[in-house]
Amino acid sequence: MHPILGNLRRLSLYLLGWIPLTAILFYLLTLSGGLKWTHALAMAVPLCLLYAFMCLSAFYSCRSMPLEGTSFSRLALTHLVTAIILSAIWVLQARGLTIALASFAAFRGIDREFPPNHPLLFASGMLIYLLAVALHYVLLSMERSRELERREMQARVLARDSELKALKAQVNPHFLFNSLNSISALTSIDAGRARDMCIQLADFLRKTLGMGEKTVIPLREELDLVRSFLAVEKVRFGARLSVGEKVASEALDCAVPPLLLQPLVENAVAHGISNLTEGGWIKLEILWRDREGNAVQDLADRVNGSSDLFIQVANNFDPEAPRRRGAGVGLVNVRQRLVTRYGDRASFSAQAENNQFRVSITIPAEKMEVVKMEGVK
Amino acid sequence: MNVESSRLTAVIVDDEELARAILRELLKKHPEIEVLGECANGFEAVKMVTERKPDLLFLDIQMPKLDGFEVLELIGADVAVIFATAYDQHALRAFEVHAVDYLLKPVAPERFEAALERAKQRIGQPASPPVTQLAAAIREPGQFAERIVVKDGARVHIIPVAKLDYVEAQDDYVALAAQGKKYLKQQTISSIESVLDPKTFLRIHRSYLVNLERVSKVEPYGKDSHVAILNDGARLPVSRSGYARLRAVLDGQSA
Repeated sequence: MHPILGNLRRLSLYLLGWIPLTAILFYLLTLSGGLKWTHALAMAVPLCLLYAFMCLSAFYSCRSMPLEGTSFSRLALTHLVTAIILSAIWVLQARGLTIALASFAAFRGIDREFPPNHPLLFASGMLIYLLAVALHYVLLSMERSRELERREMQARVLARDSELKALKAQVNPHFLFNSLNSISALTSIDAGRARDMCIQLADFLRKTLGMGEKTVIPLREELDLVRSFLAVEKVRFGARLSVGEKVASEALDCAVPPLLLQPLVENAVAHGISNLTEGGWIKLEILWRDREGNAVQDLADRVNGSSDLFIQVANNFDPEAPRRRGAGVGLVNVRQRLVTRYGDRASFSAQAENNQFRVSITIPAEKMEVVKMEGVK
Repeated sequence: MNVESSRLTAVIVDDEELARAILRELLKKHPEIEVLGECANGFEAVKMVTERKPDLLFLDIQMPKLDGFEVLELIGADVAVIFATAYDQHALRAFEVHAVDYLLKPVAPERFEAALERAKQRIGQPASPPVTQLAAAIREPGQFAERIVVKDGARVHIIPVAKLDYVEAQDDYVALAAQGKKYLKQQTISSIESVLDPKTFLRIHRSYLVNLERVSKVEPYGKDSHVAILNDGARLPVSRSGYARLRAVLDGQSA
């Protein structure tokens, strides 16, 4: 969109700016050009109006050649050549205008009096065009900084949004009330187990409190949260729930957004295990990957920050089970938060194949200390 | 009939062992109620209710295989149902209309007694709620059924809606044709129509609802009517108004 043509207020201001230019041209034409003031006026006004619009074309060459990233010689050459061409066209227009005006009695002789002014017209045309180029560069950079500001604002809104969602995701009412029901049942069956489960539930709730406010936590903490969550679920589902874990131990110090794994595991329980009469399994895997997706063996490579964390939560499920309300909300939430934090440096995929469901996430492996330092800046 | 003195039978359905345990425990105080059995999923529940005909059913909502609503839809209205759920605001609205009562987990003993009292009063009276309407009642607007459950004796068939070819009204029943087989279900064709996506299923006749993806061609038949021929060769009558609806949809697609 043209920064001047597309905005009525700016167009008016721009044309207002042309009034002094017109006055100067009129002055030059009468004073040094030796034209009668009526003749000078009849030439200066239409010519300036025409040229005002011709100069707006500078936008296109300015946009195609941003100041950064274009060599000076190329910039100078293009704009000079354009200035020469436009000025030449302007002179031709002036010539046409004088011939047309000469047919009127009041302007007889103008077609002979004006041509000596052509060099003056050409020179001012060049100068004015180059001024227009400068003006367009200023406008373009203004627009760009405004765009950047807008985008930053948007990112901030998204981040706040995802924080809120993380807060909301902390405790699923289904999980809470079912757990309380289990405790209630255990009190008369096995008071000791009831107490254990109370403690496990409290443990989970305590860990989850305040987590949504942090931007990152060590993976170790997230994993702890997942383990307390599963400990509670294990009481509810008994032998129906089996869990497998494969975690690269050095990964535990990496920084991850809070509540990254827990919603995935909760999803696996809600849509996997709880629909399987015979029970099911959940597999949690955290590995190192290099940028090409290969496993990283060398410890040195892992810590130097050039590798990714590969996280996978898999579970089996019954494809014929009734769909539950809210299926997939947790996954969408995690995905959005990844996009907000990492942009395209993170990947997220969820696949259902036969009777297996698998969520895979790749995020840049960042050290907790490094992230904290950046946060201070 | 004095319900208090007569024995009642009950079945507990919940996929979590501990959730069943607490209901079992609460029922122990009521020697007049005999627990016939416990089920851990919807299939077992339908089977047991069909075979043993309990008076009372404690039913969880979220379960493997069939959820609580589907179970209720299949077992008919002869049994008094008390739902038990952890947290499901939307379902609560449906209970208010259709169930004897509902319990929120963790189950409070006083609340349990109250529900039991209501159920005892309900038993012996002709059951009222039209259970087949339930599926439509709990569905959010714009959401359609993804599957239809049908009971065949004590067996349960699950028909994914995508596999359904057409639905035919037969007196009080509908016949659901899917993959060359027909399943009978006690429901009206209009109530089936209301849970199916109208973009896919079209009423072409007073007694026929067809899956548009299965229609291979429509031919004139007699003076005023048409016949729809499906991919598997089945021929279904199309009424005059049904033909107009069909034309409207088909023209809309080609446009």
